[in-house]
Amino acid sequence: MAEIPDWFLTAISILAATVRVSTPLVFCAMAGLVSERSGVIDIGLEGKMLVAAFASAVVAAQTGSAWEGLAAGIVVAVAMSLVHGFACITHRGDQVVSGIAINIIASGLTVVLGNAWYARGGETPQLEAGQRFLGLTLPAADNIGHLPLLGPLYVRVISGQSLLTYLAFLLVPAVAWLLYRSRFGLRLRAVGENPAVVDNAGISVTFLRYRAVMINGMLCGLAGTYLALSQNAGFLRDMTAGRGYIALAAMIFGKWRPAPAMLACLLFGFLDAGASRLQGVPVFGGIQLPVQLIQALPYALTVILLAGFIGKAIPPKAIGRPYVKER
Amino acid sequence: MSAPAGPLPRWIDIGVVPIVNLALALIVAGLIVLAIGQSPLDAIAYMMSGAFGSLDGISYTLYYATDFIFTGLAVAVAFHAGLFNIGGEGQAYIGGLGVGIVALNFDHSLTLWPMMALGIAAAAVFGAGWAFIPAYLQAKRGSHIVITTIMFNFLAAALMNYLLVYVFRVPGSMEVVSRNFEASAGAPQLSEILATVGITVSSTPFNLSFAWAMICCVGVWLYLWKSRGGYEIRTTGLSPKAAQYAGISPSRITIVAMLISGALSGFVGLNEIMGYHRQLLLDFVAGAGFTGIAVALMGRNHPFGIVLASILFGALFQGGSELAFEMPTITRDMIVVIQGLVILFSGALAYMNRPLVERLWGLYASRRGPVVAVAAPEPQAAEAPPSPPPPAPAVSPTPQPLPAAAPPAAGTTPQPGSSRLPFLSRARRDAVPLPEFPAAPEDDDSIGNLLETPMPMPGDDPAKKTRKPRKPRDSKAKTDG
Repeated sequence: MAEIPDWFLTAISILAATVRVSTPLVFCAMAGLVSERSGVIDIGLEGKMLVAAFASAVVAAQTGSAWEGLAAGIVVAVAMSLVHGFACITHRGDQVVSGIAINIIASGLTVVLGNAWYARGGETPQLEAGQRFLGLTLPAADNIGHLPLLGPLYVRVISGQSLLTYLAFLLVPAVAWLLYRSRFGLRLRAVGENPAVVDNAGISVTFLRYRAVMINGMLCGLAGTYLALSQNAGFLRDMTAGRGYIALAAMIFGKWRPAPAMLACLLFGFLDAGASRLQGVPVFGGIQLPVQLIQALPYALTVILLAGFIGKAIPPKAIGRPYVKER
Repeated sequence: MSAPAGPLPRWIDIGVVPIVNLALALIVAGLIVLAIGQSPLDAIAYMMSGAFGSLDGISYTLYYATDFIFTGLAVAVAFHAGLFNIGGEGQAYIGGLGVGIVALNFDHSLTLWPMMALGIAAAAVFGAGWAFIPAYLQAKRGSHIVITTIMFNFLAAALMNYLLVYVFRVPGSMEVVSRNFEASAGAPQLSEILATVGITVSSTPFNLSFAWAMICCVGVWLYLWKSRGGYEIRTTGLSPKAAQYAGISPSRITIVAMLISGALSGFVGLNEIMGYHRQLLLDFVAGAGFTGIAVALMGRNHPFGIVLASILFGALFQGGSELAFEMPTITRDMIVVIQGLVILFSGALAYMNRPLVERLWGLYASRRGPVVAVAAPEPQAAEAPPSPPPPAPAVSPTPQPLPAAAPPAAGTTPQPGSSRLPFLSRARRDAVPLPEFPAAPEDDDSIGNLLETPMPMPGDDPAKKTRKPRKPRDSKAKTDG
């Protein structure tokens, strides 16, 4: 067997970490995309992901089943989405304010309930392997594994990921199909651009937007479940740590389109995975790159993009505006 | 609405509506406490005694309130310009950086008062500077200010992290904090002030920054309602098109309002860094920027309301510590939940309760006959909308005479022109007589509405406003509350 160079192994492990770190971002970015293409701003990705992580960890710990945890995560996140919808669609409240409220409620409520139930400072009990979604070994990993360069790539990056990770990346073409090839998607995009037209066509703007935020909730539920049941073994206080906002940034970076948004998630995930690798390692001729610089990059890039310095990110036209009939 | 309610009397609008919202938030929080298996009434009792039961409690309450007054004012000023500044957190953080820099550099050479003045200036400059970039990008490049300010919160966190680790940390120390300031760089705390006159009280973080917060309140009030600049800000917030037509540059207003907002947020650094910690450290803002949103919403974007709401939230924060001590199953994070619920009810769901209150008031008022007659002087408005109830666009033909200019909330679209915000101004928008301007598409603030036609509005105060673009000087008359 040929000697595998060190740098290659490092690259492989960074890539594998990138895929893992990107998974919740991809879920959330797709969630935000569906909602925002329907005209409903979603700042609350972070909060929905957090409550889903909490609910899935609690239920998985109580029932011992990862699948029930997943179901709980989805249900709770959808419930939060419906609160958002109730405020923004039914009562035409401000979407940004509602999103912030959801984030704040989520960060407080998860800790309050977690502490009341388990008295561990907001954490939930450690989950065992059977209660989590762990890495799957893809077929043929044993056969391809010993190939020179392709082998490690397949075994460590492609294979061995959690079921939810595969789901996340399969969701991207699915969301793309939904948005661009299905009747529902056509209407969804239309309602985000010009709700009056959709309304005139006899289609309920309210119902469409509600469906969009429900899909959004399901995807956030998957993201939260992944965090609690795959990436970690249980819920930790504020475990989303800004991922919802990074996903929001990635969605904008991808200009509200599924495939570019996924690439942006991978880019941001790569920066994240690379940052922890590069900590303390001198690069560029002995200069240490501060980790904080790399951590700040996704945000800085998004600001630069939004300012129109790298192409132009144009949001759906009717975004953020509650639809008022008869105007 | 079969029985058209008169406009809400002011005391209901200013007093009852926020209290209903707060009550709803507390009821939901109470249900959570019940679910945990504790008594909500006991919880409230502990919180109240923790917040107001002792001199220490009161002074902690006011110390927390100081932060919230600054961030609440910051959010309110931006709201009045039709902008939503979620970046208070980052601006406060960077404002604290400014305070820290001047304190660390000059605490050996300057005495207390020049140091305080320098600290205030540094907090303002740094906070405003951090708000300037998102403001500029919104004004000139059309970036969405909500998103940019969120990103700037994270950028501020990364920057502070870097600076504390690599620049300010005491060499050799494991703790990520700067050195302690000399005594001259500490805003005097209450206990220190009282000690000079011979009264001994226990040391609390409550400090002179509170006085500066009060000055800021008066300043913001004077600026917004008594000055030309404030008038321009409010006009732009209410109707960017009308403002533009009247020769006010929306991009200039965006930048000015955000600079003021950022400076106000920056003063949190004064309270925390100079007043309390007296060294530079991580995460000292601790969510005050977001609490500012709740405070501004509850305080109806008026300095007086903001002070009251800040004291309420200060009491919740201080009482929350006491509560966590008395009821170990309830952590202090309960306060965060209440804060979120307040934002939900008084911000996002603002239109759920108001119609209810309006309807109740309508019922009550129609019993008392004369009030309606007085309250609905405009015949047009009265006969105007037999508006279709089902989708309930105009839940009632009632305007909301807000305390002074109804601040439109954040522009959620990048174009300055469409940045009118529903959540404070929509009732007023709905109240604009539809029959006369039937087809103003989605944006009713077409110039014609506001400038050419003296708008028949049911309610004294808005009618006055419609004339204002022509006669700025008149604005002093009666808009403030």
